[in-house]
Amino acid sequence: MVLVLALGDLHVPHRAADLPPKFKSMLVPGKIQHIICTGNLCIKEIHDYLKTICPDLHIVRGEFDEDARYPENKTLTIGQFKLGLCHGHQVIPWGDLDSLAMLQRQLDVDILVTGHTHQFTAYKHEGGVVINPGSATGAYSSINQDVNPSFVLMDIDGLRVVVYVYELIDGEVKVDKIDFKKTSTTNSAP
Amino acid sequence: MRSLAGVEDEDKWLAEGIAGIQHNAFFMHRALDANNLREVLKYSALMLSELRTSKLSPQKYYDLYMRAFDQLRQLEIFFRDESRHGLPVVDLYELVQHAGNILPRMYLLCTVGSVYIKSKQAPSKDVLKDLVEMCRGIQHPIRGLFLRSYLAQVSRDKLPEIGSDYEGDANTVMDAVEFVLQNFTEMNKLWVRMQHQGPGTVREKQKKERNELRDLVGKNLHVLGQIEGVDLEMYKETVLPRILEQVVNCKDELAQYYLMECIIQVFPDEYHLQTLETLLAACTQLMPTVDTKIVLTQLMDRLSNYAASSPDVLHEFLQVEAFAKLSNAIGKVIDTQLEMPIVGAMTLFVSLLTFTLRVHPDRLDYVDQVLGACVVKLSSVPKLEDARAMKQVVALLSAPLEKYSDIVTALTLSNYPRVMDHLDDGTNKVMAMLIIQSIMKNDSCISTADKVEVLFELIKGLIKDLDGTDMEELDEEDFQEEQNSVARLIHMLDNEEPEEMLKIICVVRKHLMTGGSRRLPFTVPPLVFSALRLVRQLESLGGDIVGEDVPATPRKIFQILNQTIEVLSSVPCPELALRLYLQCAEAASDCDLEPVAYEFFTQAFILYEEEIADSKAQVTAIHLIVGTLQRINVFGVENRDTLTHKATGYSARLLKKPDQCRAVYACSHLFWVDDLDGIRDGERALLCLRRALRIANAAQQMANATRGNSGPVTLFVEILNKYIYFYEKGNPHITPSDIQSLIELINTEMQSDNGNTTIHSDPFFTSTLRYIRFQKQKGGLLGDKYDLIKL
Repeated sequence: MVLVLALGDLHVPHRAADLPPKFKSMLVPGKIQHIICTGNLCIKEIHDYLKTICPDLHIVRGEFDEDARYPENKTLTIGQFKLGLCHGHQVIPWGDLDSLAMLQRQLDVDILVTGHTHQFTAYKHEGGVVINPGSATGAYSSINQDVNPSFVLMDIDGLRVVVYVYELIDGEVKVDKIDFKKTSTTNSAP
Repeated sequence: MRSLAGVEDEDKWLAEGIAGIQHNAFFMHRALDANNLREVLKYSALMLSELRTSKLSPQKYYDLYMRAFDQLRQLEIFFRDESRHGLPVVDLYELVQHAGNILPRMYLLCTVGSVYIKSKQAPSKDVLKDLVEMCRGIQHPIRGLFLRSYLAQVSRDKLPEIGSDYEGDANTVMDAVEFVLQNFTEMNKLWVRMQHQGPGTVREKQKKERNELRDLVGKNLHVLGQIEGVDLEMYKETVLPRILEQVVNCKDELAQYYLMECIIQVFPDEYHLQTLETLLAACTQLMPTVDTKIVLTQLMDRLSNYAASSPDVLHEFLQVEAFAKLSNAIGKVIDTQLEMPIVGAMTLFVSLLTFTLRVHPDRLDYVDQVLGACVVKLSSVPKLEDARAMKQVVALLSAPLEKYSDIVTALTLSNYPRVMDHLDDGTNKVMAMLIIQSIMKNDSCISTADKVEVLFELIKGLIKDLDGTDMEELDEEDFQEEQNSVARLIHMLDNEEPEEMLKIICVVRKHLMTGGSRRLPFTVPPLVFSALRLVRQLESLGGDIVGEDVPATPRKIFQILNQTIEVLSSVPCPELALRLYLQCAEAASDCDLEPVAYEFFTQAFILYEEEIADSKAQVTAIHLIVGTLQRINVFGVENRDTLTHKATGYSARLLKKPDQCRAVYACSHLFWVDDLDGIRDGERALLCLRRALRIANAAQQMANATRGNSGPVTLFVEILNKYIYFYEKGNPHITPSDIQSLIELINTEMQSDNGNTTIHSDPFFTSTLRYIRFQKQKGGLLGDKYDLIKL
């Protein structure tokens, strides 16, 4: 069992002062094995903060990130799953599932994690999963009118991944659970 | 002269003294074993004669004294047992007075005296009075102090305090107090007199030696603090006045300072509170060289802790008007002690503030009063340069922030900014950061333009260059941290009322615009997003607010935004400005303001054309321009045509062929927008894809020419995916045969790429083909479409 935290589009300090305290108190060091961040942190303080939660940190570059060392996209393997990470402003139309599916095919990954829209989504798509963890600070977005702060925890266990989404709605943290199973046929032609 | 003797000599004399004591103690013990009273008295007197030396420093004398003291314990046990020496204690008391020398005589007398009291054959008060009087016979300071210290020690458990065996009838607690007070007074006199002996050259050494003896004197006050039955009345009427009389009248710096400290430590808090006036009056009568501020600070700290200990005691503070009394006393001390360094005065103000924050948290006027007094003091001195004083001022300003945990309270203190004005630039910034941190920590919201104005005045050290600040000296990392803090702060300025919020934004903007080119890249984005949030709020309120006469309209906010971002672009900071223009454009589109959205796009395009030269930055900018334009639905045909034409043109002119190719196929989405009405120009979408294909071919040929192989087929597969996309969406211009021939093209490319028969596998291509098969299998409407494609 591996816990992976996926979050992004914090936009600190452009659009938000900080992460919600309720999230901060949940994100304690030592529980999470990997962090994948869809970018737009935007400052070093947030990078450093994420490092304290878990040193294994994977970040891709959002359009407001100044740190040029972040790559445009990234793939990594966790357990039986291959994960792809991309901020998403490069994929037009923004947030379009069919276009994201193309990126998923391009990166050849089981789970694609993108951001940019500030809207949490998780779709099962052609045997794979496309996840957007939303904005961890609930930052303003030109794409979505009502943004609630959200992040995603993925519990990867064998061929199964359970996606927990934490959303802050009117000051209360709401948790949703979505279950995905990787079918062995995914990577072999029929 | 003792004081001039070397350490070695002293060691020698001490050794001789100890030898003398041991020698005589040996014979004394032999006599004790033989119960021979005469011999006992003879040798004990001889032994005690060693204490008559004047050659030893207090430290060494103490050593000697302790040796004798141990022996005296044995002696006391002997005296107590009448069967051993055969004399009634009354007679013994008479007998020891025949000892030849006064010092041994007094030690013996004190020892027998304690036995006498214990025997209860005489009232303890008479014996104590007798002893304390007779000790006057020793006027040598060190010898006298140790003798009286011995008296205090042997009598400690024999005082007629309440509940003790020796209280009752003629013996009252008052007698106990009287005895200790008298001993204290005499000891203090001896102690003070030490200072006035010997020439000036040895003064420093004497001062040090005196300091070593202070606890002998202070012990008496401890005893007074412990005596059972000393109630507030007695303390107020007798104990405190008598002690203070001695303290004030001795006119000795060391004694006054030490004894005031002792008083504050030893007696209970509620006594201090009830005698505050007397205590404070004494403070103002001390020698000018006494560090009164430490005394007062300790007093206030104690009282603050007392106030914090229980809410029940607070009414006592109100009753005695503690704040007014302390405030007056501090004012007097600061006014009279002109040579007090500024840090001293500041320390006093910090203590007073701490006191009032604990005792009268509701009295903001008291807080402001303390700050006001601080301003007066600071104004009377030249520029504050003492780092320690500065630290105190920071503590002074931090205290209300911590107490009220709501900056809004501090913003109402009129003297707060006036104190801040006295800080140097560096400290001013530190303080400004503390203010921001306090706001963040407490999640405080500043909700009116007036308060925001005051706040920005307070943190102006972070907002703009103050006069004389050397920008070269600033640490870049510190600077970034500061500006990021200001940026975060902007999100804490919020009001539900759109009109007030617009006022806040205008105030913030006014201040931020003074920040100069180094600060604007940090501070403009949060301001822009704060304003965009307001726009969205107005938009959600709908048509309720109409007309130009209403101040808070999206149109007006967009005007402000346009001007603000323009300043940022001239910093220059074109990439950031372009992103903000695009955000504004989309917001304007949401508000149905076509000309405004068009204007923002125009600005973004101008920046792209004139300022963004880096090819990587161009690629990202194109993504953002096309991505935004794709979503905007406010434009009429003409405006949209102009903008899409421009965007496609930029895309085709990117430096690298693969970037060109990708940007051009992305532009296909500008002509076919799935969820918008009317934009379904399948032909032009296809044209984009064909153009992208041509560029991909060119890229392939270029790679062949320069590197000898055409490289991966990725671009073709990407375009294939776009064909599939539009095919699925029902673009009539894209046919199954288009897709089929593209697949064949890719197959050919892959074979020629390898130059041999082994089939090279491209995962992207493989997964794309798998997707087509997947859709074929799935069947349904989409499956039927896919069936037309032959693999």
